[in-house]
Amino acid sequence: MSVNDLFKQELKVVNLGLKSFHNDLKSQGVTVVQVNWKPKAGGKKNMLDLLSKINKVKKS
Amino acid sequence: MIELIETANKEALEIIQNGQPTLIGLGVAGDVIPGMAKDLFLHAGPPITWEKMSGPLRGGVMAGLMYEGLAATPEEAAEYAASGKLRFDPCHHHDAVGPMAGIVTSRMPVWIIENKAYGNRAYCTLNEGLGKVLRMGAYGPEVIKHLQWMEKVLYPVLKETIEIHGPIDLKIMIAQAVQMGDEVHNRNKAATSLLIREIAPSILKTSFSNEEKIVVLEFLNSNDHTFLNLSMPAAKATLEPAGKVKHSTIVYTMARNGTEFGIRVAGLGARWFTAPAEIIDGLYFPGFSMQDANPDVGDSCITETLGIGGFSMATAPAIVQFVGGTPKDAVRYTTSMYEITTEESRAYKLPPMNFRGAPTGIDIRKVIETQVLPVINTGIAHKEAGVGQVGAGIVHPPMVCFEQALEAFVNLLEDEGLLEE
Repeated sequence: MSVNDLFKQELKVVNLGLKSFHNDLKSQGVTVVQVNWKPKAGGKKNMLDLLSKINKVKKS
Repeated sequence: MIELIETANKEALEIIQNGQPTLIGLGVAGDVIPGMAKDLFLHAGPPITWEKMSGPLRGGVMAGLMYEGLAATPEEAAEYAASGKLRFDPCHHHDAVGPMAGIVTSRMPVWIIENKAYGNRAYCTLNEGLGKVLRMGAYGPEVIKHLQWMEKVLYPVLKETIEIHGPIDLKIMIAQAVQMGDEVHNRNKAATSLLIREIAPSILKTSFSNEEKIVVLEFLNSNDHTFLNLSMPAAKATLEPAGKVKHSTIVYTMARNGTEFGIRVAGLGARWFTAPAEIIDGLYFPGFSMQDANPDVGDSCITETLGIGGFSMATAPAIVQFVGGTPKDAVRYTTSMYEITTEESRAYKLPPMNFRGAPTGIDIRKVIETQVLPVINTGIAHKEAGVGQVGAGIVHPPMVCFEQALEAFVNLLEDEGLLEE
């Protein structure tokens, strides 16, 4: 399906990330679902490093 | 490979699921709590000095000193507490837990709970009821008089009652209460009723006068939080053996001293990970606001550590009238706690969650990964000593406690040579 065909149909949107996109679409009457999603460890690099390390425990 | 941690966590969860907290009797703190002494006061939360104690903790210590006869006035008590003659230690270091200020002194009567599956015990004072009470940092003459009444009348009657009745299985009682609208932290109406129903005939069989039996029954019935001081040590007794499982990332203690929030993780032993305690978002009594509030205080979030309390708020919709929010929020809180826990309780089933078990076994890795913090519902004490409770609400531990714990855990694995290069 081409993008143009898609926009000729009723839009049903699943939004990840900024909630303002969800709110804007909703105010225009678009069916939209906001996914409660956050980047892993809030995107904190030091915590991502620790999680990566803890997943590398040697097989006992 | 993360089998080492998964196996350890499975073992810790098996211990928690198999726990059999049982009320076996009552005793005097100085006689039954390990390491208890006349010059030692136990308090809620992680270790703290008199200098760093907040108002409610100081107020509780002052009340304790006057109750023990070590000081005659609040001024004398404050001087004594600052003199260095008194030692302070967390309840948690002595197999005990205490609500709010959590002050335990050697003369105080305590419930004795035994985890029949593992043989360990936990202790907690008797709940003082509402109004001006030591646990909220009040230290007026009425507080001391009430503590004396508890020692002279309430304690001997209840002690003989449990001797007559025999042990009471608290796991079954909590399991029933969470199906009757309690989460057994800030709502204990059903659990307290179940307890009274269970022990009332034995109270009548005691050797005390009718007048004493009546006043004890009336007191228990007047105080919905009677059972809180049983649900807390029941949770403590259940979690404590899991705290000895090496390489487990499961949290076995969360506690606050009114200045700091602290957590302990099974694989990291007795070490506390602390950060400044938060101010509580909640409903304040008329005439009070957030400006009057002391930061988060008390050992009562041991209930949340087990998966009841705030973790099971969905099952106690009426509690939102006390802590704020809507019943829908309560379901949302409980739903989100499954994100950071490992198993569902086999004993504590929540009807509004289609009888899913309470979210059990907080994993520090999941807290960091999802950035979802444990949810705790709690009473709010006034920041100044002597005032008491000013509201109730919802609070979370500081994320930094979990971040520090994760870092320490990785360091431990590195030190033990258990991480792949």
